[in-house]
Amino acid sequence: MTREELPNLAESKLTALVVDDNFVNQSIHQKLLSRLGIQNDVVCNGKEAVDAHCSGRNYDLILMDMDMPIMNGTQATKRLREMGIESKIAGVTTRANEGEKKEFMEAGLNDFQEKPLTISKLLSILHKLDFYVQT
Amino acid sequence: MQRQVALIKQSLFDQGYLDEQFMELEELQDDANPNFVEEVSALYFKDSARLINNIDQALERGSFDFNRLDNYMHQFKGSSTSIGASKVKTECTKFREYCRAGNAEGCLRTFHQLKKEHSTLRKKLEHYFQLARQAGPKETARRPK
Repeated sequence: MTREELPNLAESKLTALVVDDNFVNQSIHQKLLSRLGIQNDVVCNGKEAVDAHCSGRNYDLILMDMDMPIMNGTQATKRLREMGIESKIAGVTTRANEGEKKEFMEAGLNDFQEKPLTISKLLSILHKLDFYVQT
Repeated sequence: MQRQVALIKQSLFDQGYLDEQFMELEELQDDANPNFVEEVSALYFKDSARLINNIDQALERGSFDFNRLDNYMHQFKGSSTSIGASKVKTECTKFREYCRAGNAEGCLRTFHQLKKEHSTLRKKLEHYFQLARQAGPKETARRPK
């Protein structure tokens, strides 16, 4: 998909939260979202993601890394679902073994993609979670 | 000069220093962020220098905490994968395998090679970005053949 063909989802006013402890990944994931016109925030671990929601912030989409200090993605996803957060949560992580992936999905993910995240993978997430209809 | 820049970039792919992920990042560059890849690369080298330092210190202590070393290398591999640093990523994978096998000598040997690849990539990318800035903006990012 060329730069000119990328959808601009700014009109849909979608919001997203990037949850990742790695600064390089934070930067890339935020850029991917911005290129599609999706406003986004970033936090460094699962606890900060939970705290953000406790303070009243809400997002349409959460991109959740798995391995993070303090509170990992599996724990954070479980906690957010227990809190009643209905945002779509996509797990984004480097290759996890099947058991880890299953545990992560069962924590309450709506989708899962392996890193590195690309525009195609992000569009796949958005399409699967009904944020974007491919024409 | 654009041609020179393109040739240098092609060689980085041909020699296996970079993989397709680097191209994905270049395609994210736009007028708002024309130097996005250079900025992310700078972030990567700053972060990875910290990780190298942590691993160096851990190895110098002599007692091999393979779990801790593996955790550091997991982060390093993650960053390297995200920017397309192919050779560095390969060494990270090898290191982690040696950690899982509890092979201290393998870890030391691989880490030495990893630092070499990391340093080489850094120099080559610095040179590439310097030339790219001098050459000015190009129309579109092109995938290498």
